[in-house]
Amino acid sequence: MEKNNDTAQRAVRIVTMDLVVAVLILALGVLVVYESRRLGSSWADDGPQAGYFPFYIGALICICSAVVFVQSLLKVKTDRKVFVTAEQFKLVLVILVPATAYVFAVWLIGIYVSSALFIALFMGLAGKYSWIRSIVVGLGVSVSAFVMFEIWFKIPLPKGPVENLLGY
Amino acid sequence: MEELNALFHGFSIALTPFNLMLMFVGIILGVIIGVLPGLGGANGIAILLPLTFTMSPTSAIIMLSCIYWGALFGGAITSILFNIPGEPWSVATTFDGYPMAQQGRAGEALTGAFTSSFVGALVAVLMFTFIAPLVASFALQFGPPEFFSVYLLTFCSFVGTGKGNPFKIVASMMLGFAMAAVGIDIVTGQLRLTFGITELLSGFHFLVAVIGLFGIGEILLSMEEGLSFSGHTAKINPKIVLETWKQLPRYWATSIRGCIIGCWMGIIPGGATPASFMSYGVARKMSRDGHKFGTGQLEGVVAPETAAHAAGTSALLPMITLGIPGSPTAAVLLGGLLIWGLQPGPLLFVEQKDFVWGLIASMYLGNIAGLIVVLTTVPLFAAILRVPFSIIAPVIVVICAIGAFTVKNNILDVWLMVVFGVVGYVFKKLDYPLAPLVLALVLGDAAESSFRQSMLISQGDLTVFFSNWLVGSMTGLALFALFWPLISAALARLRLAARRS
Repeated sequence: MEKNNDTAQRAVRIVTMDLVVAVLILALGVLVVYESRRLGSSWADDGPQAGYFPFYIGALICICSAVVFVQSLLKVKTDRKVFVTAEQFKLVLVILVPATAYVFAVWLIGIYVSSALFIALFMGLAGKYSWIRSIVVGLGVSVSAFVMFEIWFKIPLPKGPVENLLGY
Repeated sequence: MEELNALFHGFSIALTPFNLMLMFVGIILGVIIGVLPGLGGANGIAILLPLTFTMSPTSAIIMLSCIYWGALFGGAITSILFNIPGEPWSVATTFDGYPMAQQGRAGEALTGAFTSSFVGALVAVLMFTFIAPLVASFALQFGPPEFFSVYLLTFCSFVGTGKGNPFKIVASMMLGFAMAAVGIDIVTGQLRLTFGITELLSGFHFLVAVIGLFGIGEILLSMEEGLSFSGHTAKINPKIVLETWKQLPRYWATSIRGCIIGCWMGIIPGGATPASFMSYGVARKMSRDGHKFGTGQLEGVVAPETAAHAAGTSALLPMITLGIPGSPTAAVLLGGLLIWGLQPGPLLFVEQKDFVWGLIASMYLGNIAGLIVVLTTVPLFAAILRVPFSIIAPVIVVICAIGAFTVKNNILDVWLMVVFGVVGYVFKKLDYPLAPLVLALVLGDAAESSFRQSMLISQGDLTVFFSNWLVGSMTGLALFALFWPLISAALARLRLAARRS
């Protein structure tokens, strides 16, 4: 797999991402500093106030991200290393989007059904396995998880309508 | 020697068939727990504690401590084979363990990890046997300034020995601290950085961050290679084991350093996690091949594993002698002791000889048994890796989701896991190191509270961190480690100038 430097493919460069991420981190740093000032970041009678430590943490975040921003700015014209190509990004989305949908489903209908669906659908659609195999694996993992967590370890996991029907 | 007599007596107690069976059951359960992300050592022992109420306290502690060893060993398996640390103290093992697996040397990495763990734990137990009373009196001298200087040393050595952009390292670390600060401030009771979101009252739990950053992040990263990517085959047969064992004596210095760091961190309660990071950092600095760390150096696996196991084992020392648990898992074990009506402390050694020495004897046996068990069951885990990625990926996501949820029974954590996953993906590609972030997240609260307590004691005087030889030397070392890159660069320039003139 070659990470080539030519921009014939649609791609995002590392320097671009560096700049964006530096700005985001800087924003976080500013947020931390703001919150620290709100809490009070100096010495009270009995020692440092709640915002003392976070203030310096936030300040360091701001300083470091600013430096990284400037460093990247200096390289913006010259550095051509690729962060991610369109192809790679599409592949990442293939798992990220379903995974996000999966978490949403866990919230709605419980984890066991969602897991079975997620695994089966992923195997069938993305992995191009036969549906029988996909369903078997999906159900297998889901049921083993059920036995392990509900029955054996007795750790409650999010459940939905199907499990309620079964009496759990 | 009195201790040896007591030890042999302990062996006679530990070597009953029932207790031996409990040992093996405990180890296997422990490995499973250690391997599953989210079902951590402390968690797992807490769940299994009620099972032991029907046993005698000696048998119970033998089984529970074997679960503990199993979890210590198990964390290394997923770190090396999947790059998902099963336990926070196996994060450092992923740095070189996973690259080794990627190069087809998983069997070597696993053997190296398990053997180093065994050595670390064995040294810790030997130390435990002979100097427990001595250490008890010494540990009492540790106050907040000493604790803070230890944390400072850990963090500074990470910045000082890291390669790559130091600003990114510090930024990453500070983000970890910021996340650790979210929630209720223990000292003043104020809410920090929660911005009105009630779910953030308890802050970010490091397990959720670890599962997201390392588990989900790694999956996202692997997807770039496409679904044809399949896991790493790990052949572990006696030949590989012997080959690796032949190589390991080369790293005797790293091993000894790891043991010392581990025993030290376990006793003073720093814990296995900072011990593993510190040992890795120190080994990277002191090794001839230090610059190759991160690309699949066996030494990079030996260092953290030895320290983590030495620390995990010696963490039981302050628990038994002082009633101070040296790690979260030790805290759970302490709870068990109290439930069984046993009072930890010097009196325990006197009044409950059977219990204490039975436990200590089982620590030796448990480790030997543990090593045998993991070396033989690894092919089982290796077979899992030959499963194609399109099956493994969603299954790992499911396991991670379960792991993230069981931390606090909160669905928000599962969402956070996904967010952390994206962050982990981006950070890894941009060379923002994740280890300092996780370390700061884990230790941030403890570091901050020890700092504040120190300030309270000294009334705001920062020189408290140089007030005695112990804390002064550690603080000094910390600052030295922090500025080491500058110092070594300056020294190099001086040498160059001297050569020219």
